[in-house]
Amino acid sequence: MIVYLFILLAVLAIGSALAMVINKNVVNSALFLVINMVSLAGIYLLLNAQFLAVIQILVYAGAIMVLFLFVIMLLNVEDEEKLFDKFRVKYFLAFILGAAVVGQIFYSIAGVTDMLPEISSNMAEIGTVEAAGDVLYTKYLLPFEMTAILLTAAVVGALMVAQYKIKKG
Amino acid sequence: MLEIDWFLGISAIMFSIGIIGVLIRRNAVVIFMCVELMLNAVNLTLVSFSSFHGNIDGQIFVFFALAVAAAEAVVGLAIIIAIFRNNLTVDVTEINLLRW
Repeated sequence: MIVYLFILLAVLAIGSALAMVINKNVVNSALFLVINMVSLAGIYLLLNAQFLAVIQILVYAGAIMVLFLFVIMLLNVEDEEKLFDKFRVKYFLAFILGAAVVGQIFYSIAGVTDMLPEISSNMAEIGTVEAAGDVLYTKYLLPFEMTAILLTAAVVGALMVAQYKIKKG
Repeated sequence: MLEIDWFLGISAIMFSIGIIGVLIRRNAVVIFMCVELMLNAVNLTLVSFSSFHGNIDGQIFVFFALAVAAAEAVVGLAIIIAIFRNNLTVDVTEINLLRW
């Protein structure tokens, strides 16, 4: 049962990723990326990482993709009409490079397949919000507070970059 | 039962799709979305190793990676908007201000 669920989510994730890359319309690409994020959250649930699954949907599929859609709306971009209309050396090289990367990773995994970890018995215990918060507020407290500074700096920087008139000093 | 190889396989395929997307697309926003896809693929690797080892540190790392990805998306989209104001395009083949 869980294997069929995994296969469904994997096909959904990879199919939506492919559709995102080959789609001409930018808004459709963004919506396919949302499907990809949601199916990835499902895969996290299969791995018993409930906390990260919820965070993935809230932060990625919620916040970041809404930001992308707003920017697409602001930019008023038209479709790329000349995607895959004729053979280009650039596309061929891109596919060769992607196939090389995936082949290299599969080769590396196949080389160490007897060293990969088996499924852990306490897998269900570590992914809960309780376990994550327990570590996050004790062992990783300083990085957690640094994240707040990072996000503040990012927001201020984004406002400075994107504001309409920048005062000349 | 589940094997970790499958999760690593999906992660590798998604990462390669992201690479191909960055290389063939010309719209800066779509290139940015492909970068997000590659980040997600790496996050999946971290989560699967964390769960299969029974150690939560990898998942906490993914949490911080999510925060950094959010900051990166905000700043990157602001830069794209600034470029669009100056050039009226987000086609990366027509943005050649820094090209010699």
